[in-house]
Amino acid sequence: MNRIQNKLQENKKLLSIYFTAGYPNLNDTVSIIQDLEKNGVDLIEIGLPFSDPLADGPTIQHSSTQALKNGMTTEILFNQLKDIRQTVSIPLIIMGYFNPMLQYGVEAFCQKCQELGIDGLIIPDLPVDVYHEEYQSTFIKYGLTNIFLITPQTSDERIRYIDSVSNGFIYMVSSASTTGAKSGFGDEQNQYFKRIANLNLKNPQIVGFGISNNQTFTQATAYAKGAIIGSAFVKYLKTHGTNSISGFVKTVLG
Amino acid sequence: MNYNVNEKGYYGEFGGAYIPEMLYPNVEELRQNYLKVMAEPEFQKEFNQLLKDYVGRPSPLYYAKRLSKKYNTKIYLKREDLNHTGAHKINNTIGQILMAKRLGKTRIIAETGAGQHGVATATVCALMGLECIVYMGEIDIARQAPNVARMKMLGAKVVPATSGSKTLKDATNEAIRDWINNPVNTHYIIGSAIGPHPYPDMVTRFQAIISEEIKWQLKEHEGKENPDYVVACIGGGSNAAGTYYHFLHEEDVNIIAVEAAGLGIHSGESAATSVLGREGIIHGCKTLLMQTIDGQITEPYSISAGLDYPGVGPMHAHLCKTGRAEFMSITDDEAMNAGLELCKLEGIIPAIESSHALAIFEQKQFKPNDVVVLSLSGRGDKDLQNYIEYFKI
Repeated sequence: MNRIQNKLQENKKLLSIYFTAGYPNLNDTVSIIQDLEKNGVDLIEIGLPFSDPLADGPTIQHSSTQALKNGMTTEILFNQLKDIRQTVSIPLIIMGYFNPMLQYGVEAFCQKCQELGIDGLIIPDLPVDVYHEEYQSTFIKYGLTNIFLITPQTSDERIRYIDSVSNGFIYMVSSASTTGAKSGFGDEQNQYFKRIANLNLKNPQIVGFGISNNQTFTQATAYAKGAIIGSAFVKYLKTHGTNSISGFVKTVLG
Repeated sequence: MNYNVNEKGYYGEFGGAYIPEMLYPNVEELRQNYLKVMAEPEFQKEFNQLLKDYVGRPSPLYYAKRLSKKYNTKIYLKREDLNHTGAHKINNTIGQILMAKRLGKTRIIAETGAGQHGVATATVCALMGLECIVYMGEIDIARQAPNVARMKMLGAKVVPATSGSKTLKDATNEAIRDWINNPVNTHYIIGSAIGPHPYPDMVTRFQAIISEEIKWQLKEHEGKENPDYVVACIGGGSNAAGTYYHFLHEEDVNIIAVEAAGLGIHSGESAATSVLGREGIIHGCKTLLMQTIDGQITEPYSISAGLDYPGVGPMHAHLCKTGRAEFMSITDDEAMNAGLELCKLEGIIPAIESSHALAIFEQKQFKPNDVVVLSLSGRGDKDLQNYIEYFKI
């Protein structure tokens, strides 16, 4: 079992936080990860910035553009993470678009992740069927968990297929939107959360999109194993910098 | 060798559908239905009727006598510039609006660079009474004011894309984001032979009317259906795809694709993807793509907004890789001069995109008996300001 699978066994609701590597400053990566762990975050998604982040709203787009302007590259991120396992023990996931990984070489990328102690990847524009046919064996070889998204429009049949190909958790997108577009949940989301819970999938679900505070965290985790916060945290970094990360985590966990 | 798309959505190693899960239901719905809908006799009838009565097809195949004399070969111009709205773009938007209606969609989105595809989309939305939102880069909005006005007059809402380089690539990103946020009632009319499968194939099939007509028109002129060469300019490559389609598997027809070299291929200000690009993923497909070593998509440059795109459609990437098509690059200066030359020799003011194709006659010597069919993809009205500034008219 890797760190993600172990973490999912814990008897608590999990908080996962996303940030864009290289933002607000190029070399903030390690200290942000350490601060998040220290303040009780359960999993971290390290965003590898991309020039054309199709699934992201303005907040994460802006952070990605700024990170690239700051000089972030795949190689620099890997260098920043080279000693991360000496100080950090919670699961670490790299989230990024497929093209930078393809250019690095998918196998080389996976191998490097294993060397550094990265536990999993989220690649929004790598479809499950392409992963299944072409890359799954490579991910398994290097002990990586690949995490897929589902949305309210995903059919039960496809969700079951995604469940069968997954070996960690399922990233449950709360509503049809780009990141950071909506906040809060209504009846529609609750119905959807319930529907998925009733499918009794083998992989637990973690809800993302639309979570920004204690209320939405509680709501999202009523049926799911955990929740992911991305845009709200990136926005917080924009206004507060990296010095008061504890304040953000406290408002979410209550 | 097969140059058409295979059942998995690939042209050789290029193509596919590299899309976020949020887009899967939309793209899958289209994939399952597009061929079926296009094959319906009722659809065919309506499509062909509109192409004839509304677009004004068939577009003429014109023997350019003085141009031919100058370059000592036989040059035919396929006059897509004479279509309603001034370019080949309308062939595809007519097809896609009929598709959208059959899929029960009520809201149409599109991206546009110079505004030609935006105008063609706004036009068919007006024709069908559907809501139309066009994403256009903030910089393009500023430099293409007449087309912005046309879209507004036609009832479309023009939304500025303010991210990234604020041009076509970013307008496409914004349109895709809109689609993610409106997954049920919206159809995205992509204007070029790009995007996730089935878009490149669907757009190509709607544009294939160009080569279908060339075949019977050339038969009337020359007594044979196949020219020695077909030539088209290529950005994303929709007019090229339509011009080549019925000749792809005709071995006696040579295919020439003309890219924009901007200020020069290696000047850092260029859009010559076949030379500068590597395999990568843009807007949902695997293709040749201009990018950094790190996989970040780079900004192309061309004086022609329609060729100012960092990739090519996956069909063209395959034609390039297999050597089926010969790729040539034309600079801004060469294109502008070729455009002006066509004005003087034939009385036709071409779009700057098409001027790139015309410029190859200065670079490549054809035989006197060669029959060369060149797709004149659009008219130059939209480029008047560019021509005025360039030639200080």
